[in-house]
Amino acid sequence: MIILDDVVKSYSTGAPALDGISLHVEKGEFVFIVGDSGSGKSTLIKLLLRELAPTSGKIIVNNTDLSKIKHSKIPKFRRGVGVVFQDFRLLPDRNVYENVAFAQIVIQKSAKEIRRNVPAMLSMVNLAGKYTAFPRELSGGEAQRVAIARALVNNPPILLCDEPTGNLDPRNSWEIMKLLEEINKNGTTVLVVTHNSEIVNAMQKRVITMNRGVIVSDERRGGYIYED
Amino acid sequence: MRISTFLYTLKQGFKNIFRNKVFSLATVATIASCVFLFSLFYAVIINFQNMVMKAQAGVAVTVFFDEGISDERIQEIGDLIKERVEVSNIEFISAQEAWDSFKEDYLGEYVDTFGDDNPLEDCASYEIYLNDVSMQDSLVKYLEGIDGISKVNQSAVAATMLSSMNSLIAYVSLGIIGILFFVSIFLISNTVAIGITVRRAEISIMKLIGATDYVVRAPFVIEGMILGLVGAALPLVAVYFVYNRAVSYVRERFEALSSLLQFLNVHEVFVTLVPVALIMGVGIGLIGSYFTVRKNLRV
Repeated sequence: MIILDDVVKSYSTGAPALDGISLHVEKGEFVFIVGDSGSGKSTLIKLLLRELAPTSGKIIVNNTDLSKIKHSKIPKFRRGVGVVFQDFRLLPDRNVYENVAFAQIVIQKSAKEIRRNVPAMLSMVNLAGKYTAFPRELSGGEAQRVAIARALVNNPPILLCDEPTGNLDPRNSWEIMKLLEEINKNGTTVLVVTHNSEIVNAMQKRVITMNRGVIVSDERRGGYIYED
Repeated sequence: MRISTFLYTLKQGFKNIFRNKVFSLATVATIASCVFLFSLFYAVIINFQNMVMKAQAGVAVTVFFDEGISDERIQEIGDLIKERVEVSNIEFISAQEAWDSFKEDYLGEYVDTFGDDNPLEDCASYEIYLNDVSMQDSLVKYLEGIDGISKVNQSAVAATMLSSMNSLIAYVSLGIIGILFFVSIFLISNTVAIGITVRRAEISIMKLIGATDYVVRAPFVIEGMILGLVGAALPLVAVYFVYNRAVSYVRERFEALSSLLQFLNVHEVFVTLVPVALIMGVGIGLIGSYFTVRKNLRV
């Protein structure tokens, strides 16, 4: 599902952000990526979304070689990768329903499909009663669930989460992680970048630890070994 | 493109306009100025051309004959002239007709002084009307070479002057319109660039979700085209109402020149002006927004 082979990403100055990363993630896995600030986690997410191109090495996601992908093929590739951010990135001028429908509109789904898929997705994330609420009226946990619904409404086989609990209190953080676990159980491959050691230690999933652009550990049922 | 996507694109295009009200207004105002000036110049030029055409149609070359020339020879000369490509129409004015016309125009109450005499006895003539005033010189040269013709009168000065003025107005207006055209494109470009900045977060989400370049860019191009369309439509409405009043005013103010100042009615002007101005407005919007979007939205 995700293969990185000796991937290097250098910016114009300083040491490389990623320095020879190799990594395999199988279909249906749940993986935590942990590490301190500047370890290369964000660069890794950007490479997996093809927001950045690698300086060298090979990245294959959903059978697409991102080192060779043409610019015109990037939108289609991204439809296969859902993404959730720490700051939710909801559109403030649109309600919950419209925020999720937006993801379908921009990939040109029919109105009929949108009417069918959006309510189903909002029910899945337990927001069936909040269709007309605007982001400012939602709690952090609810806003993140809208963001997850938006990321999943196009049925991507991979979900990338960049610090999904970073802005949430412990109770909401756990609710979101349970939701992500449920999504993973339904077959979606989930990668979660996080600093939340409590969650990482409690969930006993695969944990990849990064430091200064390299993978320093990769454990099948690991714990959080770095503390900021 | 699906209807839902089209409607989304259209809605976002309108939303962009209202998000940047000040810039949108400035853009519409500039395009409106450009199209308004264009419409005014167009109305002036097309009326001028109309007047020139009418003036040219009235320009005639007159030929007079040698004293004592026979009627048969006059007829032969007439046939020769009719064969020329420069000639659209030829009229024979007999000596009596020339005298009658002179009496009516100039003598008034003194007409009886001359009794039955005709002082213009040897002044029969042909009035020759041309297809194009510019052909006048070659025809005059030919006429002067015909045996039996004593004098050739030509009067192209008025028409030539009108043509020159027409060209001058056309060049000046083209220059002004050109400058306004570039200013309009620049303003459209700025408005769209600001719209892109305001919607940066939304665009970034669209890109990550997998929207194509087309879907991301289309609302901004639509925005530019709508601004262009509105900017073109407003001055057309203004010109429609101003035109008739202006024509009436000029007619009243310069009554003495009424035979020369023959204006087209507003519908004759608008039949070409409306499509040209609307295409111009939409074109300015399209060009300005398309290139800005290409430059700022590498998806």
